Amino acid sequence: MSAAAATTVQLPFANGTRPLVAFPQKRDLIMLTPRPPQLETPFAIFDRGVLTPNDAFFVRWHLAGIPTTVDGATHRIKVHGSVKRPLSLSVEDLRTKYERVEIIAVNQCSGNSRGLFAPRVPGGQWDNGAMGNARWTGARLLDVLKSAGLQESAVQIRFHGLEKPVLPTTPPFIKALSIDDLDPNMLIAYEMNGEPLPLLNGYPVRLVVPGWYATYWMKMLAEIEAIDTVDDNFWMKTAYRIPDTPGNTVTPTDKGYPTIPINKMTIRSFITNVTNGATLHPGTQTIRGIAFTNGERLKKVDFSSDGGTTWRAATLGPNYGNYSFRQWEAPLRAERGKSYVLACRATAVDGDTQTTVPVWNPGGYLRNVIETYTVGVA
Amino acid sequence: MKTLLLLAASAIVTIALPRPNIPFKPGPNVDLATANCRTCHSAAYVYTQPPLNRAQWTAEVLKMKNVYGAPIDPANVDKIVDYLLSQNGKP
Repeated sequence: MSAAAATTVQLPFANGTRPLVAFPQKRDLIMLTPRPPQLETPFAIFDRGVLTPNDAFFVRWHLAGIPTTVDGATHRIKVHGSVKRPLSLSVEDLRTKYERVEIIAVNQCSGNSRGLFAPRVPGGQWDNGAMGNARWTGARLLDVLKSAGLQESAVQIRFHGLEKPVLPTTPPFIKALSIDDLDPNMLIAYEMNGEPLPLLNGYPVRLVVPGWYATYWMKMLAEIEAIDTVDDNFWMKTAYRIPDTPGNTVTPTDKGYPTIPINKMTIRSFITNVTNGATLHPGTQTIRGIAFTNGERLKKVDFSSDGGTTWRAATLGPNYGNYSFRQWEAPLRAERGKSYVLACRATAVDGDTQTTVPVWNPGGYLRNVIETYTVGVA
Repeated sequence: MKTLLLLAASAIVTIALPRPNIPFKPGPNVDLATANCRTCHSAAYVYTQPPLNRAQWTAEVLKMKNVYGAPIDPANVDKIVDYLLSQNGKP
């Protein structure tokens, strides 16, 4: 590929120039890194429908040892460790021996929006497009564990995929969930939006953990391992940690605070048909967006055209379940020559809502500040 | 239709990953950066970071060495940091 061929986009932060590149089974996406592949969804995609198309869905791998050939017929998911009946399941087994379950759920990278942190933090420098919403179909994780029979001693389930490090000295990518956190919405998915998963999204099967950040949604799932102690592998004990402080926020000079593994997502909302800095036509028009929670029912989305001084309720679109994006819209009467600071704010029935001041933590996690969009009218 | 889906979901899928050449640009000790960093990841990992200071770049190199197990000669850590600062540094 010649560099000259690439169209670039500018994300709204320093060193935010990115090429648009089409990877296999993907349309042009915003390339953060090619090896391992990290691809961001252009935000305008989220305006076109509540589901994110497979070929537009973001991609994030940790380690460059990704299989580029995967045989869906011979792939096996081993269920082992502290179980009474170790299993070796094919995708066909998952399809035929377990109930077929569907859920629409948001899959969002833990580091989504990290590039917007101030002060900036090292890590993958994403704008807001390291997320997507898909209809996932598969077998319940709990049904598979039930067929294997957990031993009384088991406290966590560890998940391994086919992703491998380049060097044998690099910790393999493994994630764990506590048994107390498992719920019937969690799937081993063999379909995404009614089709096989793109390889870069985890073909042939990936774990689906609705409400939780994507780091737990193990791609190319190959092992399910029941363990008797809390996992202390690098990806749980050292990486993907958030401050165990009020609001999970700290200041850059804070030291020595306790941390916990990142877990459920924060509530967020976005405008999808207007970009920050846009110029609108005068007249009454519809502002559209999306909102999502981590599984709590969405109560409302409020819309503001004066930077959050006054709010009015937006109209919510169809409800595809508590783990899905929910579309919303609100009218804006735009007068020629004026400028507006548009804002949106989601609130869940339990009162959970977005922050007015951005969270800050050194990992660049959990951003859910009320987003604002300054627009002119001409 | 269902049969078709079934077949598709158990197929052999093969992809060829694009390998755009993103070289480390000329700078002090560029050869060390190329030899040590690009074993595991693209140089885009460096250029897409926000500008980092010496302490931050040192922390990144030591993380690669001590946590990710990159075989970086201890004598080369500061040299690689010098290079990274020359490419994407701040005071």
